[in-house]
Amino acid sequence: MRSDRGQTAPRALSLAAIAGLLFLHVPLLLIFLYAFTTEEKSYQFPPPGLTLKWFGAVWERQDIWNALWLSVKVATIATAVALVLGTCAAAAVSRARFFGRDYISLLFILPIALPGIITGIALRSAFNIMNFDFSFWTIVLGHATFCIVVVYNNALARFRRTSGSLIEASMDLGADGFQTFRYVVLPNIASALLAGGMLSFALSFDEVIVTTFTAGQQATLPIWMLTELIRPRQRPVTNVVAIFVIAVTFIPILFAYYLTRDGEHVAGGGK
Amino acid sequence: MTTAVSFQNVSRHFGAVRAVDDVTLDIAPGEFFAMLGPSGSGKTTCLRLIAGFEQPSSGHIEIFGTTAEGLPPYRRNVNTVFQDYALFPHMSILDNVAYGLMVKGVARAAREAKALDALDLVELKGFEGRRPSQLSGGQRQRVALARALVNEPKVLLLDEPLGALDLKLREQMQVELKTLQRNLGITFVFVTHDQGEALSMADRVAIFNNGKIVQVGAPQEIYERPRTRFVADFVGSSNVLPPDFAGKTGAPARWMSLRPEKITIAVGGTPAKAHSVAAKVTSVHYQGAVTRVNTDAGGQAIAVAAPSSFGLIAIGDEVTLSWPADALHAMEDEA
Repeated sequence: MRSDRGQTAPRALSLAAIAGLLFLHVPLLLIFLYAFTTEEKSYQFPPPGLTLKWFGAVWERQDIWNALWLSVKVATIATAVALVLGTCAAAAVSRARFFGRDYISLLFILPIALPGIITGIALRSAFNIMNFDFSFWTIVLGHATFCIVVVYNNALARFRRTSGSLIEASMDLGADGFQTFRYVVLPNIASALLAGGMLSFALSFDEVIVTTFTAGQQATLPIWMLTELIRPRQRPVTNVVAIFVIAVTFIPILFAYYLTRDGEHVAGGGK
Repeated sequence: MTTAVSFQNVSRHFGAVRAVDDVTLDIAPGEFFAMLGPSGSGKTTCLRLIAGFEQPSSGHIEIFGTTAEGLPPYRRNVNTVFQDYALFPHMSILDNVAYGLMVKGVARAAREAKALDALDLVELKGFEGRRPSQLSGGQRQRVALARALVNEPKVLLLDEPLGALDLKLREQMQVELKTLQRNLGITFVFVTHDQGEALSMADRVAIFNNGKIVQVGAPQEIYERPRTRFVADFVGSSNVLPPDFAGKTGAPARWMSLRPEKITIAVGGTPAKAHSVAAKVTSVHYQGAVTRVNTDAGGQAIAVAAPSSFGLIAIGDEVTLSWPADALHAMEDEA
């Protein structure tokens, strides 16, 4: 419900809000603009000319394709791991009562509050101590630590809104544990899981800090961009890739937002 | 004769809390059995023990001769109507009602035909395509009933099913539930904290307090002959008279129950030797057909339910209360 009074905000407040929005979004627009510039060594304003050739250049660069493929694989598997573990954890915490439940809940959420650099260093030293070779799987593990949080939070919120007696009703009507999960639990949490999954995919896809500590020789797409910035060759190529990363991460987040909003609406509509 | 549900010294403890404490109970097949008690008295836990959501800490439960301990809810021929109805929000009404048959593997056409019959039984034909959120409270209640009955349970458990309905709807559902139970011949076990509901619907009532059954009997028996002070007070708020007061009015010196409606009230007058006291009116509550008059008889509060046609009584009036000798019922001295 919006506040009734004050249809128009004070002018100073509006200006501040507009300034803030410009500050946030003008750099993004510049990224878009320089993806089309003809000048490849430095960013000069205004761009001397516009061209589409960098899109073709991206298409032909094998290192970009490798990085993209690695990022997609990491994000997919980290999300899959997070979906299974996050849902199980949320189910346990919301349904069962056991000693130290609140602390366990906090421990699950902690990785997202911790600075990525701490998580990264911690994981790196842990992998070293255990003599793990840095590989694709260490990146997946690193990403899973924060992906689980996202899925866990989404699933937990939905579990809490879902009446516990639904599960009892299903069992009462003759459904065993598997049938109850298949026909009652899963349909009720599906949209929350989809939202959590998409958010976690987006998080993993543009993650840099934890990845730098847990990757070996491989470069995910964000890491590739970082290294690319250092050497000024075909600079606009980086911008083209940036546009692509924005699209890949922004669309799922937007979709996830609509999904969870819809879920709340349905849950509230019953009353 | 087999019993529908049999409890033998059943206890259910949650840590140090004895939710159900050494309950022994037999419910006959086809009986409408009410479990009545204040909240936290163990009645709902008893229901959940029958449904299989709880397992007894000790004791033995049989449902139609089959040992129930260790059986999960889905292996019991028992269905529950939940307090919040617990309808599946993501399914249509038809799918909700057909759910029990679906998970048992009944073919779609057969289960939908049976579900439609069940909806017809609760007078909800035409609602099968809707979602639970599109139904009113009373309609959801009927869907919950149809969803349970479609499985043809041997025992139907009802957990305060009328609690969320308004008074008019509640009275209507009371009549319908009773009729339904008589026609179907299924054993109903009904949990409620509303004594009026229990007395009007049940064949027998069990009064629960602190995890124990205090008294089991037909509604008339419970009402007329409460075994303890707790029952007398909880069911129909009787006047509970202590032994010394009872002795002074010519009755045996024991704890006595005296129903408010059995007392005759007269303005002024002098009390007779026995079964009569002088009292002073402390408050008057008009309730339509009856007027509840609270009086003070020498320090003992006595409530009287007088017909409202009786006339005007004002606070502070000196009155004489009298009652027939058989209106007093002696109870055990137990809280």
